[in-house]
Amino acid sequence: MIPAAFDYLAPTSLQEALSLLQEHGDAAKLLAGGHSLIPMMKLRLAQPALLIDLNRVEGLDYVEERDGFLCIGAMAREEALESTPVVREKYPLLHDTALMIADPQVRNLATVGGNLAHSDPANDHPATMLAYDARVKAVGPNGERTIAVREFFTDFFTTALDEGEILTEIQIPAPGPRSGGAYFKLERKVGDFATAGVAVQLALDENGHCDTVGIGLTNVAPIPMRAKRAESLLHAESPTDAAIDEAARLAAEDCDPTADLRGPVAYKRAMVEELTKRALRKALQRARG
Amino acid sequence: MSMHEVNVTVNGTSYTESIEPRLLLVHFIREVLDLTGTHIGCDTSNCGACTVLLDGRSVKSCTVFAVQADGREVTTVEGLAEGGVLHPIQEGFKEKHGLQCGFCTPGMMMRAVELLEKNPRPTEDEIRWGISGNLCRCTGYVNIVKAIQYAADKMGGEEAVEMSGNGVSEADLADHQLTPGA
Repeated sequence: MIPAAFDYLAPTSLQEALSLLQEHGDAAKLLAGGHSLIPMMKLRLAQPALLIDLNRVEGLDYVEERDGFLCIGAMAREEALESTPVVREKYPLLHDTALMIADPQVRNLATVGGNLAHSDPANDHPATMLAYDARVKAVGPNGERTIAVREFFTDFFTTALDEGEILTEIQIPAPGPRSGGAYFKLERKVGDFATAGVAVQLALDENGHCDTVGIGLTNVAPIPMRAKRAESLLHAESPTDAAIDEAARLAAEDCDPTADLRGPVAYKRAMVEELTKRALRKALQRARG
Repeated sequence: MSMHEVNVTVNGTSYTESIEPRLLLVHFIREVLDLTGTHIGCDTSNCGACTVLLDGRSVKSCTVFAVQADGREVTTVEGLAEGGVLHPIQEGFKEKHGLQCGFCTPGMMMRAVELLEKNPRPTEDEIRWGISGNLCRCTGYVNIVKAIQYAADKMGGEEAVEMSGNGVSEADLADHQLTPGA
């Protein structure tokens, strides 16, 4: 499969990339890891006239804690999440997610920023970042702003990024004491998109009640979604088995999957219910240390 | 449409070529450089037959543009043997019958090279996890795993002190039901 012809520019600074995006507007697409964009170009579902390759822009591939956040440069590879000790130690939900994305070779190139900016509801990071209540930094011609991930996914394959803006960083709030998270994904084979996936991040108060709960769902709605009623049900409550079961039931009821080669709607809802239970239990186990 | 001049070092040899930006790395390797050891399987970044090393890291060359490799180093299966002596990975596949039809073999071996570099003493589960992005349609995985174990022994790797990156740890596998097929 050969993509349609395009021009190619590889800026070495963010400023240069922004100018090029400004100059070429709609005709240009940004190339990050390329593992969503290049397959779409090969199928000719995408035919950009120009690719602006961000892979030579310096200094966008860090993963580090700063000012109470885990800051991930938009060009950090998924592999970096696997191999950075602080991610494994303090951000188990993120670590789980990185391990479940595609396969090792793809993770060597695929980027966290691209996974979010592409805004595919089948991608894994959207659910995880929704559960974390993360935010992203965007830089555009008018400067820099931060956008809550919970307001980032606005429609089918559409984000709150303005034309001319580049997502440069993802910021995950550092979990406090008694926090835990987990990601569970059902996939037919390694490398396939999720049949369903559930991301949970929670924190317990001193009495063992849920202080904060975030639940994100993968590939069971046209737009990456939170299981809001399930979150509300657990908030300030003791996470008993009955409460977990009820929260999982609500998540399954609220999701909006479509039937496809991965299964019919009822099956996907049933999987959301089961995966929500498992993710909540695992997150609680980790929160309790 | 513009042509781009790129300089790519492949298996230690520097090549300067004028190419279209849409040329995929795998086509550059096979058709421009005539190195046909790298195979095209699924052409959709699923099967791993086209795996090569780009600056030492395994990538699927069907999903990278050749222009992206400008100024960088590529290693293909033709670059494994040195001075007519097989690389331990190649020897392992020969000794342990790690191939049947042979189509997936170059990609498997290139992936295994990076796997063993990151985790010189992998367990069977870690090997299976490590090659989870490579498909063998003959389903000859048992001997592929043995071939990689053979190479690990031959290369005499020390116990990996700290697992990094694509060398997932046993703990991760057990902790999260990550064992392929589990």
